[in-house]
Amino acid sequence: MSRTDSPANDTETDGGSPVEDDLFTRTSRVTDSSRTNRLRHALDAHVYAPLAVAVEDTRTLIGGTIVAGFVLMATVGVVLVEPPQTMEGPIFQQPFRTLEYPLGTGGLGKDLFAQVVHSAPSMLKMILAGALLSTGIGTLIGTVAGYKGGRLDTALMGFTDLVLTIPGLALIVVLAAIYRPEDPVLVGLILGIDNWPRLSRTIRSQVLSIREEAFTEASRIMGLSEATLLRKDVISNLMPYISINFANSARRIIFESVALYFLGILPFTTLNWGVMLNEAYENISLTDPTKLYVILVPMVAIIVLSLGFILASQGLDRVFNVQLRARHARTVASDEPKSEAGD
Amino acid sequence: MSYYVKRIAQTIVVFLSTVTVTFGMYRLMPFGPVEQMKSQLQSEYQKSGQSLSRAQIEQINQQVETLTNIQPDAPLFQQYLSYMEGVLLHADFGTSIVLQEPVFEVLFEAMPWSVFISVYGLALGTTISLLLGAIMAYKEGSSFDTGLTVVSTLTQTVPYYIVAILVLIVFAFQLEWLPTGGKMTPGTAPGLNWPFIAGVVEHAALPVLSSFVAGFGGALAYRGNCVREMGKGYLRLARLRGLSQGRIAIRYVGRNALLPIYTTLMLGVASVFGSSIILEQIFNYRAMGFVTFNALLDRDYPLLMGAFIFFSAITLLGILVADLTYGIIDPRVEGGANRESY
Repeated sequence: MSRTDSPANDTETDGGSPVEDDLFTRTSRVTDSSRTNRLRHALDAHVYAPLAVAVEDTRTLIGGTIVAGFVLMATVGVVLVEPPQTMEGPIFQQPFRTLEYPLGTGGLGKDLFAQVVHSAPSMLKMILAGALLSTGIGTLIGTVAGYKGGRLDTALMGFTDLVLTIPGLALIVVLAAIYRPEDPVLVGLILGIDNWPRLSRTIRSQVLSIREEAFTEASRIMGLSEATLLRKDVISNLMPYISINFANSARRIIFESVALYFLGILPFTTLNWGVMLNEAYENISLTDPTKLYVILVPMVAIIVLSLGFILASQGLDRVFNVQLRARHARTVASDEPKSEAGD
Repeated sequence: MSYYVKRIAQTIVVFLSTVTVTFGMYRLMPFGPVEQMKSQLQSEYQKSGQSLSRAQIEQINQQVETLTNIQPDAPLFQQYLSYMEGVLLHADFGTSIVLQEPVFEVLFEAMPWSVFISVYGLALGTTISLLLGAIMAYKEGSSFDTGLTVVSTLTQTVPYYIVAILVLIVFAFQLEWLPTGGKMTPGTAPGLNWPFIAGVVEHAALPVLSSFVAGFGGALAYRGNCVREMGKGYLRLARLRGLSQGRIAIRYVGRNALLPIYTTLMLGVASVFGSSIILEQIFNYRAMGFVTFNALLDRDYPLLMGAFIFFSAITLLGILVADLTYGIIDPRVEGGANRESY
């Protein structure tokens, strides 16, 4: 709180001039905040300021727009665009020629644009399930192991190594071959299994540095509870890192699932960009330049979406930056003038 | 000293557990390979004769044992012990069902090729991205920095197999500069002769290029760490002490910035074999990944199991090296055992 927050400074209650405001004469200046005030404050700190930081940065704006567009495609898009059907149009209709088939059609006369749109829901489910699982487990195990040290660390890292050393892709392939997962959520969870050990190892190495820092030592001496310490000192410092890793693991899930569908290991139950890639790779001749667009369409879709996740993650790094956020918040007075906001 | 011993012992324990888990998967899977093989052999025998005699059953078990290194009728624990004994003491992983060759030899022959393309690509990518990351940090805000930031962000968005397909289309199918697949020019004799070496390099060029482009993203992480490190106070002291710019850049900034991404880098070494399955498939490059994938498709379980153990051993080795050298990079965390536990 800064001085401007308490108007009661000008005249004292006895009518005399105010005593010079220094450390020794200062009393509590926390004003009684009503519920609406507190709510407004919370909204400002947790909604408005992050959004302001996010919108100001071009990268975040583009990334956020791409991810939001993808979510829209998976929810609203599938209602608006009719599902693709075999022989609904001419074979190998070139892209950008007709409005009816904006991205052209493939060897089976299926509208490529409709295929891209109708792949989105299964991709979204897969990404959400996998990224949430791997980020959650990875953060939990990495933080606890790095902070606690000792035997618990050894045990947890041993377990992490065990999962890490079971060759991920090969394991997934075998699991897929036995169980033939059809539900995209299940595919995402299986892919997530392969993803968390890396994160927990890198988080642990970060925690190893943080636990030696002065502020954690101070909290320890103050006798704060372990849960508070982990939450306030460790996790909050790791937050940018975790958010970046969430976006990264989302990207990995996209890459890996597309790879598995591309190799033809997972059953083709739902439409998916990997399935599109596989069909294009199998059905067109790579020597014929006029048909290459069939394979390029799913590729572009994958690349654009992962670009969206990367840019969003870079932006999240800034959103979690406390100094930046404070500069944008209206209810938190800042030491720096607002005009300097944005760098 | 005790830390290193402990760490190595831990690695051995993890390796044994991995083999155990793999064995469990191998043995306890519904319609696992051993049962499958046994019933297959049984039906073959049954076609010729009427019912199976004791001697024939014995013979079938014998055959299954030579193929999988597992005696099907023995209790599970005994099967496990004899398999482990075969693997650890005699490097005997059984015989490949499809290739009819000892698994160890198949894998041992494929291994160098995989190591060649993946480690070469990764080493090249890591070295160059560390260098560029450091330069970008030192020229922060310049057009060089901005340009490379955009470029390396873009390379991160493209999966390595898409890069692989694209370079295949461009350099092999359209321009016809490089071969479309295989690992050596047909008709050349392996050895130290020019046509063979040229062929090997030519065939490895596209796979290496794909993994190089895919591994390029490390530059950004390193740049960020360098920038953060350069703002710290001890560097001003170092400059006041009159240390040379090069020493500050390498010993102070470089080393401290490397720490957070060191584990990731070492894990990269370990994970190159995962990507080789897809890469080798696209380039028709007959090495570890290719062998593993075909073993999967053919349900050649002894070979698959062997490949699993090979992959695990290499990954574990990578992590062990990362942990043992961690103290050299960052003395603060030297010897996990010396840390207080809270």
